[in-house]
Amino acid sequence: MNEVVLSNIEKTVLSDYKYGFVTNIRADEAPKGLNEDIIRFISTKKNEPQWMLEWRLKAFRHWLKMEEPTWANVKFTPIDYQDIIYYSAPKQRPSLNSIDEIDPELKRTFDKLGISLDEQKRISGVAVDVVVDSISIATTFKDQLSKLGIIFCSISEAIQKHPELVKKYMGSVVPATDNYFAALNSAVFSDGSFCFIPKGVRCPMELSTYFRINAENTGQFERTLIVAEEGSYVSYLEGCTAPIRDENQLHAAVVELVALEKAEIKYSTVQNWYPGDKEGRGGIYNFVTKRGICLGDHSKISWTQVETGSAITWKYPSVVLKGNYSTGEFYSVAVTNNHQQADTGTKMQHIGKNTKSRIVSKGISAGVSNNSYRGLVHINKNATNSRNFSQCDSLLLGDKCGAHTFPYIEVKNNSSIVEHEATTSKIGEDQVFYCNQRGIDTETAVALIINGFAKEVMNQLPMEFAVEAQKLLAISLEGSVG
Amino acid sequence: MPCHMTKIHTSYLIKQINVNEIIMLKIKNLHAGIEGKKILKGIDLEIKVGEVHVIMGPNGSGKSTLASVLAGRETYEVTEGSVEYLGKELLEMSPEDRAREGLFLAFQYPVEIPGLSTTNFMKTAVNEIRKYRGEEPLDAVAFLRMMKEKMALVNIDQSLLSRPLNEGFSGGEKKRNEIFQMAMLQPKLAIMDETDSGLDIDAIRIVSDSINKLHTKDNAVLLVTHYQRLLDYIIPDYVHVMYNGRIVKSGPKELALELEEKGYDFIRHEIGVAEEA
Repeated sequence: MNEVVLSNIEKTVLSDYKYGFVTNIRADEAPKGLNEDIIRFISTKKNEPQWMLEWRLKAFRHWLKMEEPTWANVKFTPIDYQDIIYYSAPKQRPSLNSIDEIDPELKRTFDKLGISLDEQKRISGVAVDVVVDSISIATTFKDQLSKLGIIFCSISEAIQKHPELVKKYMGSVVPATDNYFAALNSAVFSDGSFCFIPKGVRCPMELSTYFRINAENTGQFERTLIVAEEGSYVSYLEGCTAPIRDENQLHAAVVELVALEKAEIKYSTVQNWYPGDKEGRGGIYNFVTKRGICLGDHSKISWTQVETGSAITWKYPSVVLKGNYSTGEFYSVAVTNNHQQADTGTKMQHIGKNTKSRIVSKGISAGVSNNSYRGLVHINKNATNSRNFSQCDSLLLGDKCGAHTFPYIEVKNNSSIVEHEATTSKIGEDQVFYCNQRGIDTETAVALIINGFAKEVMNQLPMEFAVEAQKLLAISLEGSVG
Repeated sequence: MPCHMTKIHTSYLIKQINVNEIIMLKIKNLHAGIEGKKILKGIDLEIKVGEVHVIMGPNGSGKSTLASVLAGRETYEVTEGSVEYLGKELLEMSPEDRAREGLFLAFQYPVEIPGLSTTNFMKTAVNEIRKYRGEEPLDAVAFLRMMKEKMALVNIDQSLLSRPLNEGFSGGEKKRNEIFQMAMLQPKLAIMDETDSGLDIDAIRIVSDSINKLHTKDNAVLLVTHYQRLLDYIIPDYVHVMYNGRIVKSGPKELALELEEKGYDFIRHEIGVAEEA
């Protein structure tokens, strides 16, 4: 039961690591370390306007005065911030000539995830016609969106083409001084997405990084900004359900969402970065600041996340409920296996009157991993008649893993109602046997049980995403029971 | 003691010999236990296609253990003996392969799986079994058609099947869900572990009716029960009495009536102190 078995993803990523580190120095790369010159170098490389450079430098100077937070329930060796390369041009992948050259192990994982052949080629870096394909998709896609006045581009492009919007909103939700990792990101962010939905427009498709991942290298300090004007709607999908091979140790991303009156933003993430090997070596530190503000009345922001990857996850997608009658939602499934650690949750800050928030967190721990839910529900004095409902469930596989819940509740008025429910359960041998007795093998049984447990969150995901996310859950926990 | 048992068994069998008999299950000298504790101490039992057998016995006699061992529950360790199932060595098969080969266990305490509907669970089970047999999976339409048909057969309501598996079900609802699953999977050998326990008399009748409907000349049923009352509705071909890990008495259905009348004490008396020595 407690034997640590390599999941397919791990095998894939591990086997792939032999391609990982390239030693020859590329021309478009900053030297290691972080100082003002490096920031100037990044800004110059990206041909940024002066105000952007100033913004970065200000963030950097503030960052120098800050200390790495230690309150999260995670342990890791100190990060040497001078040992990181903060800028490098899009990485060269080993170029393959056909799909047949893909590592068979990787291919099997793709098949298991049900990823289309074209997508497999794209992810694995098979050049040929695929790039052409995805560019043409992206072009058709962009045409359709721009007719509606929707702007969807990289943040670098937005800085060049829509400086007024970027100036107005960037840092308005997550200030450059917000926290240690947000300040670092503000100083050195490499790229990310920008999305603007004009007044009254309902974005007709799910926006996804999928369509432009080839064109821009998003890198480790990603920055995303989404603005939804009055009465607009957008559903945004982040991440990729394929095993992204990324040798970067530290990911410190910032995501900001702004919803004006009656606007709705739905933001879904499926994250499955390299979790480290079965001994806990390597893996991504995923230290992310995600926050949305319901600026206008009757606006709504909904976060849905399925977190299965990374060695350490430190992430609290939050909503500031400023507008009256605004709604914030957080649906999360966090899976930890082997030596993974996750400290994740949300903050719901009720400022406006009659605001509502809903938190559904499902933590699944296996191996010797640790999974913590940390959440704050704060209801201001003036946020009268507000409501919150929180539900935090933990599922344990085996008896060497941990599940922790840290709910913080602060209510400053007496017309609001806050409810909190929490459960902890284990996958039982009897549940697995029951499935076996109906002709279902253990692997499929665990997948059924896990997906049943996570169903309420999975239901929030867009259809096509949900199917992949379900398979991903099963793969991440392969070999954990039985 | 086993001599005595065998004698009754074989003499009764002779009367039935004209039927075209195929052996479904043949248990020989089966010993099994849990964590070093011996529970089954030499079980011999033969079930032919088309038959209904009942195993009765007091609490702790090993009835449920026998059901679990046949289904392949790994918490029990088989220390001796063999089980032949339709010509194959049952004990060498994984629990899921036993199920795929048509062995079904109706659980005494069906487990709950939150968030997983019975419908979804059954769709997975049916298609896993079809895959094992080299058949194409049923599509949603064909599956739902099959479900409707079986629901009518065992008289179970759709609303129960859309709910998470057994979660918040009453005892009776859980047992009826087991029977529904049996109808869906159409097993060759159905082992019913105390399916009657915890049911009121109406529920027993409904469950028994369903079992009778599902029993044909091509399958077999092994009922494990504590009480005789189930036999008011299901007529067995054989009754076996289990005591202290052994089948100590076998006979026709009248044996159940005798047990009902005299109680399990009469068995204890019959096998006497010698058994304990």
